[in-house]
Amino acid sequence: MSVDAPAKAIPKPREITTKPRVSDQIFRGVVTTFSFSALLILLLIAAFLLLQGFNTFREQGIGFITNFEWVTFTDENGVETANFGLQAMLVGTLVISALAVLIAVPLSVLTALFLTFYAPEKLKKYLVTIIDLMAAFPSILYGLWGFFVLMPMAVYWAKLINKWLGWIYIFDVPQPIFSRSPFIAGLVLTVMIIPIITSVAREVFSQTPLDRIQAAYALGATKWGMIRAVVLPFGAGGVVGGSMLGLGRAFGETVAVFSVLNIVFRSNFQILFTQGGNVASMIIQKWGEATPKEVGALMAAGLVLFFMTLIVNFIANQIVVRTVKSGR
Amino acid sequence: MSQAQISTATPTRPWTPTVKDRLMTSASVLLAVLSDVLIVQLTPMKGKIAYFFLFFILWFLIDSIFVYRSKGQKGVRDALAAKVTLFGGVIVVMVVASILWETIHRGLKGVNFKFFTTTLRETSLFDPIGSGGIAHAIVGTLMLIAIAIIFAVPMGILTALYLTEIKGKASGLIQFLVQAMSGVPSVVAGLFIYAAIILNTPLRSSAFLGGLALTILMVPTVTRTAQEVLNLVPRDLREAGLAMGATQWKTVALVVVPAARSGLITATILGVARIAGETAPLLFTVGVFDSYNFNPFKGDQGSLPTVVWRGLQGGTPESIQRAWSTILALLIVVLIMFVIARAFGTRQMKRK
Amino acid sequence: MSENITKNENGTIMSDQDKTTTPSSLSDVAGARAAGASRVGTRALGTGLEARGVHAWFDKHHALADVSLDFSAGTVTALIGPSGCGKSTFIRTLNRMHEFIPKTSMAGQVLLDGKDIYESGIDVTKIRLQIGMVFQKPNPFPSMTIGENVLSGLKLAQLKVSNQSELMEECLTRAGLWNEVKDRLGAHAGGLSGGQQQRLCIARALAVNPKVLLMDEPCSALDPGSTLRIEETISELSKTMTIVIVTHNMQQAARVSDYTAFFLSDGGPGQMIEVGPTNEIFSRPKDTRTENYVTGRFG
Repeated sequence: MSVDAPAKAIPKPREITTKPRVSDQIFRGVVTTFSFSALLILLLIAAFLLLQGFNTFREQGIGFITNFEWVTFTDENGVETANFGLQAMLVGTLVISALAVLIAVPLSVLTALFLTFYAPEKLKKYLVTIIDLMAAFPSILYGLWGFFVLMPMAVYWAKLINKWLGWIYIFDVPQPIFSRSPFIAGLVLTVMIIPIITSVAREVFSQTPLDRIQAAYALGATKWGMIRAVVLPFGAGGVVGGSMLGLGRAFGETVAVFSVLNIVFRSNFQILFTQGGNVASMIIQKWGEATPKEVGALMAAGLVLFFMTLIVNFIANQIVVRTVKSGR
Repeated sequence: MSQAQISTATPTRPWTPTVKDRLMTSASVLLAVLSDVLIVQLTPMKGKIAYFFLFFILWFLIDSIFVYRSKGQKGVRDALAAKVTLFGGVIVVMVVASILWETIHRGLKGVNFKFFTTTLRETSLFDPIGSGGIAHAIVGTLMLIAIAIIFAVPMGILTALYLTEIKGKASGLIQFLVQAMSGVPSVVAGLFIYAAIILNTPLRSSAFLGGLALTILMVPTVTRTAQEVLNLVPRDLREAGLAMGATQWKTVALVVVPAARSGLITATILGVARIAGETAPLLFTVGVFDSYNFNPFKGDQGSLPTVVWRGLQGGTPESIQRAWSTILALLIVVLIMFVIARAFGTRQMKRK
Repeated sequence: MSENITKNENGTIMSDQDKTTTPSSLSDVAGARAAGASRVGTRALGTGLEARGVHAWFDKHHALADVSLDFSAGTVTALIGPSGCGKSTFIRTLNRMHEFIPKTSMAGQVLLDGKDIYESGIDVTKIRLQIGMVFQKPNPFPSMTIGENVLSGLKLAQLKVSNQSELMEECLTRAGLWNEVKDRLGAHAGGLSGGQQQRLCIARALAVNPKVLLMDEPCSALDPGSTLRIEETISELSKTMTIVIVTHNMQQAARVSDYTAFFLSDGGPGQMIEVGPTNEIFSRPKDTRTENYVTGRFG
């Protein structure tokens, strides 16, 4: 190319427009509309629950969240006075869900590690099927199993824990009644959320970059040394995300908890004792005989539950998307 | 080195456990079992769980002695890690086995031919298992599933199509919304339908409303699976359709969707499996009913999950037996769907 | 492979076939080697690494056939040959990394100081401490700092070292990276350039004091500047350890290695065609296939 040739001007890129045909426009319109139905439904849920629960929020104010009582009294004139406070149930929700996550995460991580790094191929396929199966069990099955099979054993364990560790507040009990306790509800929830956490953990562990794994082995690491140095740091984010997904599931669990927990309106941190509750199962419990005012309050409770799970799931999905799907 | 001199050798794998290694492992397991039984007999510990935990502790201790001699401290840590992860996996498997075993064991007792062909109309809580059955509940559940499919499958697939074919600017938002929907608790779905429809329209408890509540829970599952499946359809197929001059909707309808057909069926079946056992939403929208009701738009409906629910609430041994038998039936249905969904899913994989 | 192996007055092992140095600079080299040896302790270089009749299979596919090579202590050997001829597979049999790929098998022996590393009952993690490896793509541990990366091998092997910062400085210096990172040992390894990361990986491999260092195309992902620096490092390192380097770059082989082995696969399993002193392989190769390759007629 000779130096003194005049430089050619670089043309501006042409704008390429394709006007979609009418049939395609209709197609796109229909599909898009239906996709937004998800948004519509979520908005409607919030809207209608708010509508019904509005009076409750107005009358109770912030007390709806912070009060402990749930009473309604109708006098001879049909005037109903009520005091609705969710705090006991909110505390209960947090207690049993936290317990569930606390037990489920180590078990799930161990299982995921076993599946990814230790299990022989054939065994792995069976185990993965079993865990997926667990996710498909109906929650009322967990309720039945939890009550009739797990509870007798769990009561025995609770007695043991109380005997040896009862000097710690949470393991102490005001009376020796151990059935239908937050401990047992927590155990049932543990079993229900293990499949979720395990499958997320498994996905992130299996994405561990091979070159880092090889680097660790080439330095003379044992398998566990490699896992500690490479897999766990890499997978930590994914495990956290999976745990939060499990937490969200635990928040909203209804019939399984209802079957194995004695719902009482007191904040109870003594998990071995037969007193507890969560918002979802309380709604079921009160629904049957609820006065119209109470129905409104239950709707309000449902709204609170809705937002709780929404927030937790949002955070969880953000973490999972950033760590698992993109493959750090 | 001349080419003719390549010595043929037999492949070996010197890193796999030798006979000696396997013998040592068996020896330590055996020792652990023996000492386990011994210790449990001699101490006040009891129960299968005690045997189980103690076995692992003893096995690890005994095995560590062997390992330490050949591999030192880091070898012991490695061996411990291997055992602990195995331990975790075994616990999970044991839990699933327990659930399956107990359901079959307890449920089977109450199952007979009449169980599937009669209803609970004349059965009280105390009537023994011979009388009454769940035929009405089967009909009810089928109705609910059918209604949910009618609404959820088109919504789910169309949403998935938006995400995979149109990929518009709202994709991020839609993706987020689908995930948000999957987190809606089942109670809230039931409450919503009650609040929106029962309180505001003349419609009352019916299978139709129950189906709507279940739709809310089913759509995210269908969308997510359909999305994965549609993404698996190779891009060349779409490009071939467009290159032949077809419009986008024709390409999608006549090329992409048929290619993903078995996967979409999987998505539907997985969605159904998800909602078949849901109880809470039905309590608000469908109620409980003891005999046939063939009108999906009017009147309470029986359904498998609510039969279980009532059985559990009833408290008598007979009603509890009924609950177990019903949940066994429900579990079998869910398992069958699961197996079919997998079969369809792998069929699509194989065709690629 | 026959050649004269002599021990000079300092007790270090040398071959009388060297690169292109004159006898007077040989003693300089020998002196530097001795000095290097005393800094890492008085471990002798041993008798080096020897492969005898090594075969390798991937499932049923016979990838490598009957390779025998003797890597004398303190030498640098380059493995050259066209893509897919088994060089990388071979080098991975030398530190027992080949077995990580599922369904692989091998045959033959690899002797380190006279003992077969594939013998049953041997602790393979200890072998890998003595035979280190640097990979084609730099792979420092991103969750650790630069300092932690260097010491990671020690931590994994649970080796106690009396003075960690001194060892860190020494390894980074030998790898040619000290000056660039001495002020930021606490920074994360991910912030380094490709060439720096690779030198960090070399430092990391050095920290466990290996007798042999295997390098699988260590410079192919790097720019020419980094490549040159690493080649200088290799020359320095060869004074105190045996190095085997797989390379696609014949000029590189000519620059850094004492010996060169040529690998080739003609549709069947890869084999080692010819081995010899580097300058001979490149100027007077004995096999026509070697000649064709080094003169660029194929590959």
